Amino acid sequence: MYVAVKGGERAIDNAHSWLAEERRGDVGVAELSVPQIREQLKLAVNRVMAEGSLFDPDLAALAIKQARGDLIEAIFLIRAYRTTLPRFGASNPVETGEMVCDRRISATFKDVPGGQVLGPTFDYTHRLIDFALAAEGEVPGAPEGVAQPGPVPHVTEFLQREDLIQTEPEMNDTPDDLTRQPLAFPAERPLRLQSLTRGDEGFVLSMAYSTQRGYGRNHPFVGEMRVGVVDVEMDVPELGFAIDLGEVELTECETVNQFTGSKTEPPQFTRGYGLVFGHSERKAISMALVDRALRWKELGEDNVGAPAQDEEFVLSHADNIQATGFLEHIKLPHYVDFQSELELIRKLRAEAMAATMPQAAE
Amino acid sequence: MSDYNFAYLDEQTKRMIRRAILKGVAVPGYQVPFASREMPMPYGWGTGGVQVSSAVLTPEDTLKVIDQGADDTTNAVSIRKFFQKVADVAVTEKTEDATVIQTRHRIPERDLTEEQILVYQVPIPEPLRFLEPRETETRKMHALEEYGLMHVKLYEDISRHGAISTAYAYPVKVEDRYVMDPSPIPKFDNPKLESSALQLFGAGREQRIYAVPPYTKVASLDFDDHPFDPSKANHVCALCGAEDSYLDEVIVDDEGGRMFVCSDTAYCASRRGEAA
Repeated sequence: MYVAVKGGERAIDNAHSWLAEERRGDVGVAELSVPQIREQLKLAVNRVMAEGSLFDPDLAALAIKQARGDLIEAIFLIRAYRTTLPRFGASNPVETGEMVCDRRISATFKDVPGGQVLGPTFDYTHRLIDFALAAEGEVPGAPEGVAQPGPVPHVTEFLQREDLIQTEPEMNDTPDDLTRQPLAFPAERPLRLQSLTRGDEGFVLSMAYSTQRGYGRNHPFVGEMRVGVVDVEMDVPELGFAIDLGEVELTECETVNQFTGSKTEPPQFTRGYGLVFGHSERKAISMALVDRALRWKELGEDNVGAPAQDEEFVLSHADNIQATGFLEHIKLPHYVDFQSELELIRKLRAEAMAATMPQAAE
Repeated sequence: MSDYNFAYLDEQTKRMIRRAILKGVAVPGYQVPFASREMPMPYGWGTGGVQVSSAVLTPEDTLKVIDQGADDTTNAVSIRKFFQKVADVAVTEKTEDATVIQTRHRIPERDLTEEQILVYQVPIPEPLRFLEPRETETRKMHALEEYGLMHVKLYEDISRHGAISTAYAYPVKVEDRYVMDPSPIPKFDNPKLESSALQLFGAGREQRIYAVPPYTKVASLDFDDHPFDPSKANHVCALCGAEDSYLDEVIVDDEGGRMFVCSDTAYCASRRGEAA
């Protein structure tokens, strides 16, 4: 006699216990600490902070530990936590011109005020597995120099002085907040940038790559990319002045894009902009390319129908928490809708067979 | 779990959701955009329904959660446990005892009452989405009441297959105005959309809420010569003998033997209780 499947509750509890055990792995191997993840898997922590839209390295490291290294799962943990936090105000815009740079490069000028600073980059490493890392041991410290004092001006400012690059219009309105208002189209550039900076790195990368391969090509040069720390300030009305809340590490990328002009704009360079939490170069450059591709309308360019030009397509699909949730939900029971399809297919088949049978007999 | 507000969401967020619900009730079938929050369960797993339930639940409520008609399917268990943890409300499996019922893919067999709220989890709220992928276009089509595309689709089904080949999420027209996706319920359930209960639909990922107030006219789209047919498997429940309930097909052996049982487990259990 058939007994309807019961015991979902016990199965879930057991699954959670097993998961916790799997997360820990072999207990003969020392447990990872959150500071170890924060310090030694920093780029993973950065990605989780960027796509989780929350700057908190310790929390991101903990999320990575809890998620067993699944970064999208860790991002999800951060997002679900973030949304419960009260919003008591907004900071002033950060001044990236005053960034204390660990890294700052321009691909458009050989030298620039403030200098080229290569910084800690994989760029010119040879990708050879370093077997020495498998053995334990400390690395010798890197040689140290003296940092150049003073602000580091943006490279695009030099182009702007000659009027060679399109001027960004001043925006005084407080932009909409993607996390507090439903996304509506057409989306203004601040919303697009919000969506891109928290968008999935892989998705934004591939969208950017598609523009390089010709689907909405926009001839980008990395005018400048800088990585470093900026102060975050907030106006406190009761005090009447801005106070320092702390600092965040950011990666900023400004692309200089060739532009031969359109019906509305003279020939000039145009810009794409990327700004991401932490040291996240791939993401910042990708963001800048996609930002530029999405600006076709305001620059009077043609829409060539490239996916990266389609803001509804890009913005609706950039969020990996939305994407993975909906994708993975097809693991949930669907027997009711499947049953209705089953009935339908049986009915349509029976009718189709009945219709073809006499022909077969002929 | 004192770290979180009653029913998880903070009161400001609940207020925002309640406003969307009220607007939805005022304009039946219209999809109201709302600032959906990330929830502690994934998008696609009922976040819209959970947010709506969170906004309507009071400490006095009795909650029932079903998925595929059953109270003990894994995700129903998970969502029920969530509300027990964050709202500490009474829960029940009995349809008649619940004041709020959150559902995925089914409407309970037993008629609902004016004292009850049925909350649906909705994956894709836009009935026109698979005909037109762009939100900017579909919003325009709703605004202009331009539903020709949908009728053409249904017509093409008939001309190709002899029948409308939509078996679940069968589109309806609400109060002669908005075409609405009733969520992926089997079309067998469509007649029950005209109900004494308030029906609220939450789509978290797509940031939409919509509603069917009690006693609202809900017509399944059809043609005069091809009237709507809320069909189901031509069997009776093997457990309770019900002829009027939607059935799950269960494969019982490796020879392909199968049996049919009520998908609404509470309905089935109550019938068997009465029989015993």
